[in-house]
Amino acid sequence: MKRATLTVLLAVLLLGGCADTTSHSTAVYMLLDTSGTYRNELQRAQKIIDFLLATLQPGDSLVVARIDSGSFSEKDIVCKMTFDGRPSVANQQKRQFRETIDEFVISVESSPYTDITGGVIQAVEFLEETGAGKRRILIFSDLKEDLPAGHVRDFPLEMGGCSVIALNVTKLRSDNVDPREYFARVTYWETRVASGGGSWQVVNDLDNLATLAAN
Amino acid sequence: MVTSEAIDIFANLPLSIAFWLVVAVVLLYLARTPAHLALRATGRAVYNGLRLTARSVQLAEQGLAVRNRDVLLTAGAESAEREVEREFERIAKVVERDVAALPSLQRQLAEQVTYLDEDYRASAEVPPPSPGWVKAVAAVAELSGKGDTPVSSILEEIHRSTAAQHDSALAEYREAVAERHEKLDRMMPRWRRVAVALEQTGKKTTALLERTRLIDGHMDRYAEVRAGTDRAERVLTSSALTQFFISGFVLAIAVGGAAINFNLIALPMSEMVGGGSYIGNWKTSDVAALVIILVEVAMGLYLMEALRITRLFPVIGQMDDRMRVKMAWVTFAILFILAGIESSLALMRDRNAADLQALRQSLASVEPVHTQTSMIPTIGQMVMGFILPFALTFVAIPLETFVHSSRTVLGTGLGLSLRWTAFVLRLLGNGAQALGELLVDVYDVVIFLPLWIERRFFASRGNRGARNGHDDHGADDLAETWPDDEASDTAADQEFTPSATKSTNASESEPVGKEVLS
Repeated sequence: MKRATLTVLLAVLLLGGCADTTSHSTAVYMLLDTSGTYRNELQRAQKIIDFLLATLQPGDSLVVARIDSGSFSEKDIVCKMTFDGRPSVANQQKRQFRETIDEFVISVESSPYTDITGGVIQAVEFLEETGAGKRRILIFSDLKEDLPAGHVRDFPLEMGGCSVIALNVTKLRSDNVDPREYFARVTYWETRVASGGGSWQVVNDLDNLATLAAN
Repeated sequence: MVTSEAIDIFANLPLSIAFWLVVAVVLLYLARTPAHLALRATGRAVYNGLRLTARSVQLAEQGLAVRNRDVLLTAGAESAEREVEREFERIAKVVERDVAALPSLQRQLAEQVTYLDEDYRASAEVPPPSPGWVKAVAAVAELSGKGDTPVSSILEEIHRSTAAQHDSALAEYREAVAERHEKLDRMMPRWRRVAVALEQTGKKTTALLERTRLIDGHMDRYAEVRAGTDRAERVLTSSALTQFFISGFVLAIAVGGAAINFNLIALPMSEMVGGGSYIGNWKTSDVAALVIILVEVAMGLYLMEALRITRLFPVIGQMDDRMRVKMAWVTFAILFILAGIESSLALMRDRNAADLQALRQSLASVEPVHTQTSMIPTIGQMVMGFILPFALTFVAIPLETFVHSSRTVLGTGLGLSLRWTAFVLRLLGNGAQALGELLVDVYDVVIFLPLWIERRFFASRGNRGARNGHDDHGADDLAETWPDDEASDTAADQEFTPSATKSTNASESEPVGKEVLS
């Protein structure tokens, strides 16, 4: 009787496991704005990356890419890694990831333009390829897009169910003169993301990063 | 939807309402008999349906009670049989041991008795004292001082030689008495040995008698259970309830132990099966850890079965002894290996946790704290990982008790709930019937005016009839006017009056609709 119960339990677990094809892994794509004076904010971005490294589980993916003049390119990816299923190996990979980011923050140069849209498209494309169950795009930027002449970015975005979190959206000097500019900028991005099928959130309090883990 | 315009036929709403009320009352008065019948029939139908259901539930409860009783008595008889069997086994062992020692004891006793006999005989051969000698010596001594000298000297000589012989005989006598005392003294330890041997035999006999008294008690209980007395049933039910709660408590403790065991091996298990894979909504590592614990519990069950401590799987208990011992060894070996694996996993968990802690400290830009690491937590975890599988083995004992007692407890609980269901159904049935009667009365209250007029009318006719020499009453006229109504109402009243139904409801085979309304 007991044996039969155990067999049935195991069979149910196995069948349930076979039937469920949902991916439980998380993929995070973080875009770092390196334009102009925002480059100086990168040390704060480092803390966020450390937080992500501490909270992501084995099997999750993390990508850090820069936003520069033309961000729709794999060349802008600073570091990408899918952590191994074994915790000990994953810990080692996280240490390597952190070293790479440290080197990048020291050596990065300011870019003249800010192509946020290109970075977001690149992020969506990459995240879809990972097949992760939870897909997040973190935009560490003031959300002020400044495109080089000839770049076309004013088209609707296809977010593919990604959740977008804007981090450290700093107020510019012009925002102080007219705060409506700041709100208009945030609303513009929110509308673009929401109309593309994604969710939008702004987190400016970097001392309370638990919100990121909760989402 | 009826609007006020539709009602207001006289262009005066109160008047129109009054008109419609009169129409409604008249219609209700005309439909009184079928309405009463319908209300009573509905109430009766619900009542009968619920009574039937209650009866079925009651029968099911009775059947379950009989079944519960059978199961309880069978289990009690089995338990008593097992206890008697165990007592007989113990007695057999005691008797075997003591009977084996009996020849030796008998030889010992026989030797001691022989020695005692010899000593007794030896101590009995004592030369009797010669009181004549003393008198003769005294007489010669008296004669020696009287008479002439030669005779006196001869007598003195005789006296002297006699006294010397007397002294010699006395010395020999004393020596013989001393020897006899010595032999008697030597008998004491032999007596003691005999006494000790007999005392031991007595103790063993008393122990055997106590065991037989125990068996008598078990046999009495067994006889009571076999006879199926109420006392035996009460005792067994109470015992089952106690065992259910005690074994449940112990099982809860075991579940706590299993949870700790799970936490001990779930994290390091991700090193073996990967931390990112899932089975359904559960992590594969968690499932693997759970499976290991369940396998340990299963092995524990088999081990206990093979050792004949529990009897959950009769197949294992009925194996021949050689196969059973083999199975016990195999399950023990598997348990030992699993305990070793758990111990290793506990070590790995400690290292993983330390590595993760170091990583988090480095990510938080905190200098790693170099504390003097102690091996005690690591060793403690390893020991726990090794011991817990064996501790879980003993879950089989409370589990068996829980399974056996839960049958009784669940059966009793189900019987109680069925009894309550039957009671509630009866209550609802009676309520439905009473509601039907109440609605009939309410109906009459609504049409009280035409009813009053009708009563007055028939009363006046009745008076006229009385004056004409008739002895009829208004009610009789009413019965003539509405024969079906009154007849059916009276019949219904009689049918549902407790005093009327009591006489017709002596047996359970009567129609349900005629049962007592209590």
